[in-house]
Amino acid sequence: MGNLILSSRAPLIAGHKAAGDVTREVCRPLEGRPTTLWWGSFLVAVCFLLLGVVAVSYEIATGIGTWGVNRTVGWAVGITSFVFWIGIGHAGTLISAILFLLRQRWRTSVNRSAEAMTIFAVICAGIFPVIHLGRPWMAYWLLPYPNTRGSLWVNFRSPLVWDAFAIGTYFTISLVFWYIGLIPDLATVRDRLRAGFRQRLAAFLSLGWNGSFRTWHRYESVYLLLAGLATPLVVSVHTIVSWDFATGVIPGWHATIFPPYFVAGAIFSGIGMVLTLMIVARKTMHLEDYITHRHVDVMCKLVLLTSGIVGLAYATEFFNALYSTNPYEEFAFLNRAFGPFGWAYGIMVGCNVLIPQLLWFRSMRRNLWVVFPISLLINVGMWFERFVIVVTSLHRDFLPSSWSSYRPTPIELSMLVGSFGLFFTLFLLFCRFLPVIAMAEVKGVLHIGHGPEETVRSGPPSKPLAESKTTPRWIGQGVET
Amino acid sequence: MSRRIVLGVFPDASRLVNVTREARENGWKIVDAFTPYAVHGLDAAMGLRASRLPWVCFLAAITGAALKLWFEFWTTMVDWPLNVGGKPWNSLPAFVPVTFEVMVLSAGLTTVLVFLILARLRPGKRPALAYHGVTDDRFVLILEETDAAFDLASVRRLFEKYGAVAIEERLEEA
Repeated sequence: MGNLILSSRAPLIAGHKAAGDVTREVCRPLEGRPTTLWWGSFLVAVCFLLLGVVAVSYEIATGIGTWGVNRTVGWAVGITSFVFWIGIGHAGTLISAILFLLRQRWRTSVNRSAEAMTIFAVICAGIFPVIHLGRPWMAYWLLPYPNTRGSLWVNFRSPLVWDAFAIGTYFTISLVFWYIGLIPDLATVRDRLRAGFRQRLAAFLSLGWNGSFRTWHRYESVYLLLAGLATPLVVSVHTIVSWDFATGVIPGWHATIFPPYFVAGAIFSGIGMVLTLMIVARKTMHLEDYITHRHVDVMCKLVLLTSGIVGLAYATEFFNALYSTNPYEEFAFLNRAFGPFGWAYGIMVGCNVLIPQLLWFRSMRRNLWVVFPISLLINVGMWFERFVIVVTSLHRDFLPSSWSSYRPTPIELSMLVGSFGLFFTLFLLFCRFLPVIAMAEVKGVLHIGHGPEETVRSGPPSKPLAESKTTPRWIGQGVET
Repeated sequence: MSRRIVLGVFPDASRLVNVTREARENGWKIVDAFTPYAVHGLDAAMGLRASRLPWVCFLAAITGAALKLWFEFWTTMVDWPLNVGGKPWNSLPAFVPVTFEVMVLSAGLTTVLVFLILARLRPGKRPALAYHGVTDDRFVLILEETDAAFDLASVRRLFEKYGAVAIEERLEEA
């Protein structure tokens, strides 16, 4: 059985489905009423979100003094969470763009939700630097626009300006990529739903898509181009995020290994989050035939690969610090591992390097009760990785007289909880209102692993639509023959 | 001007590809095909040439990058030169990241915009569908009845050979 699932001829989509089955099963959650489970999760997520809104409002009204940061530790939970969320987003782009370019067709069942995850994660990430400004209403000063102060332009040599451009571009391109992928599926939804608000919305957003192959032909070209643009983009974004640190002369930050180390870590944490979401979605939304054990298995292997790269980066950093004979570098790393924040370093190494090693065993990869906790622990570990990088490098700087410690206040922790609330609120709304599986892509891979005859099977013809202003018109009029 | 079209509806993609290939070999004029997903090999069967959108993307990328690079030099060297930490006016390496991001942004947005214009897709447009279920699980081929020599019977025979579930003749106002 295990061999069957892992062989290259094994079907990508289980259950011998025809195209009509895909439409019906993926659209079912959009057509019925939400389950109690959905309402329960949504209420919890909204409560977390409200907590975050209260905390952020209080912080904006009062000032950065409500945080635990001080003159020595100027960056802490805010920047940690920013880097954490940006990293989560990168796995979505990996799955949607990089695996598309590599012709990994298993991605079709997970790419829609992974891209949604990217967009929501980037929204969560974008909030943190803005509220960290202290005066977030001045955030537009990051953009070069003609102004009455000179014009005084932004400093294009500053990594923080690079960051604003990188995050802005990343969000825009991810959103466009996601939307372009959604258009054919929105058209499917439009042609299925009864006339009503949702049908009108789907009709508006599907841009009049009618499945014309001349359009499909161009569409394929656009999709490939966007994938080709998103791939270097995702590498550039986390490289620029790492430069926020690496261009500073702080021991523990000022290292050339930072860009590849950050990119690998980002993809590692993102795959962890994709696994978490996929395992929940396949169970609660009954998508076991679409997100199969094969998908979980492949993503576990990606976790193992990126965990190895991250582990190698930890070791390289430490070795170089000791080998450099630079006393500040040496101290920064010994302090990281054995200083007052040694526990955080322990969580980081344990969750990111040691625990994922269990995934070498096929029996572990096949057992969702093992994979699910590992995916959660990866997220914990990667949050602490950024915490270790940000806080332990700062809290004992060059002058012992300015050494300090850091403890997050309830306001900071509420903001972190609130960002999770925002993320899950958006994700649950997405599951409710949009097709979570890219139907038009899945229909193209149904035959893989099945004999050619089985794809011929087809359900009964779709029911005709009731006429209304937003329902489609038909090409031509029937003539007597 | 109106034209008569023949429409064949097929239950799966491989039949559509085969029937399209044969229709083209017979020299019949293919108006379009309608499919629920991007069918592999149908572009070759229809004889569609490769899209020129990559050129649009390339030109937009070059233009965006060049304009941004010029803007960075103009703001830091010409419009208001400010000495920031003794860094040179010409800080080309430091200008690269933003130039790259703007290049990607301009290439991506322009390509999508040009695609939407070429494909005549716009928000709220009322779609013109070929047949029920064409966005679900039906595959449609439309041929144009070009002239008096057009042989409807042989078209019907071909469509039936490939298991068409419906064959319709329609009049289209151009």
